[in-house]
Amino acid sequence: MSEQTITVDIWRGREDGRFQTFEVPRMASQTVLDVVTYVQRNLDPGLSYRFACRVGVCGSCAMTVNGKPRWTCRTHVDKVAGDATGGRLKIQPLRNLPVIRDLAVDMAEFFEKWTQAKAHFVPTKTRDDDFQQVSPDDPQRKEATAGIECINCGVCYAGCDTVAGLASYLGPAALNRAWTLVNDVRDGGQADRLKAISGVGGCQSCHTQQTCFELCPKHLNPTAAIAGLKRATVKALIKGDL
Amino acid sequence: MTPAKAETLEWLVQRVTAAILAVCVVVHLAVIVIAVQGGVTAAEIVGRVAGSVPWLLFYSVFVIAVALHAPAGLRNILRETTNLGKRQTHWIMALVCGVILVMGFRAVIGLYGLEA
Amino acid sequence: MSHRNHPVYWAFLVHRLSGLALLAFLPFHFYVLALAIEEAATLDKFLSWTEAPLVKLAETVLIIALAAHMTGGLRILAVEFLAWRDWQKSVVAVTGGLSVAAGLIFLLNAG
Repeated sequence: MSEQTITVDIWRGREDGRFQTFEVPRMASQTVLDVVTYVQRNLDPGLSYRFACRVGVCGSCAMTVNGKPRWTCRTHVDKVAGDATGGRLKIQPLRNLPVIRDLAVDMAEFFEKWTQAKAHFVPTKTRDDDFQQVSPDDPQRKEATAGIECINCGVCYAGCDTVAGLASYLGPAALNRAWTLVNDVRDGGQADRLKAISGVGGCQSCHTQQTCFELCPKHLNPTAAIAGLKRATVKALIKGDL
Repeated sequence: MTPAKAETLEWLVQRVTAAILAVCVVVHLAVIVIAVQGGVTAAEIVGRVAGSVPWLLFYSVFVIAVALHAPAGLRNILRETTNLGKRQTHWIMALVCGVILVMGFRAVIGLYGLEA
Repeated sequence: MSHRNHPVYWAFLVHRLSGLALLAFLPFHFYVLALAIEEAATLDKFLSWTEAPLVKLAETVLIIALAAHMTGGLRILAVEFLAWRDWQKSVVAVTGGLSVAAGLIFLLNAG
């Protein structure tokens, strides 16, 4: 196994960059992130990319691998460089975000949209209040639980064609987070949040293409979350709360 | 109207008209399949719809639902694939809605008014 | 691009293209119907033109587009208004099957 190598095309530069080809030794259980790290440590120290935990928790290592956005630390080379790709790897920065350099993108706009969506908890109680009791069997609690494990990796955002077409679209991750909060009985920011996630670029812009659901490494379902938001905004509209 | 209200309302109109259109289209497809047997003639169409209030109502609902539904879908396409501004997009939507209403009702009312 | 290569995305594409095609066809459809009001003979002349095989084929494509847009629309309404079900790809297959069936039923009756 160690005698073999894999051919890797890696994006270099900014939007107007080019691919550079490297030969990297194959290893057992090798991940795409291992390949990129090998290139940076042994072949070209100037290669820019981003990672931290290497175990699928931090969400910082997402890249476009053979055309699909993926979390590279948990993506095995065996899985993505099959016969269909001629055994090659093609690694690019995430789509829909400005490229800083090589494989590192500027995530600022991705996180700004979380803020725009008011996807943060608004407390209603003080330290003097008793704990809020929420049953794990509560339907709202179940909705929140289903979407809470997002690691902010940006894979869904990069895969979303609506983001690509409509620059103001908040995107699957921010809207998914907003939906978990809509289902949080302790939260006091519901009216403002529903206003923030409607309007141009809000939840109504989603075309239920389900690419986010298809790609999410945590197997979350932003499409279903956004559908929930659509229903919530209609209720708010009828009640006159929008 | 705030953008939040406008977007939600338009989305809702697109969905409600979609549900109405689904029923209309099922009827329409059935009529097409029945009518096409042995070839369609003008006399056949006129004989069915001329002076018929149920068909007048059905086709009126059909035309109004399409006139509200199509511009919403077109707006999404224009937004995502062109650089047209909000104002231009709205004019195009109004134009499409108007053309469907005028041409649709010209046909619907015209056919209803014919001698069977 | 391979991130788009999944059935629900194809369904989206069919929905958008069929919607656009139906909208483009609509003024033509209304115009032809209006002919019946002015001059029944003109409409009959036109209707006999639709007996040509190529026109029949085009009509079949329109029927499939109409059925696909309708069934696809019902699928979207189900995704947005009903509880989530893990049958998404099966529903896409069913909408595709029904649409082609509608086209075939039309073609058999028109033949």
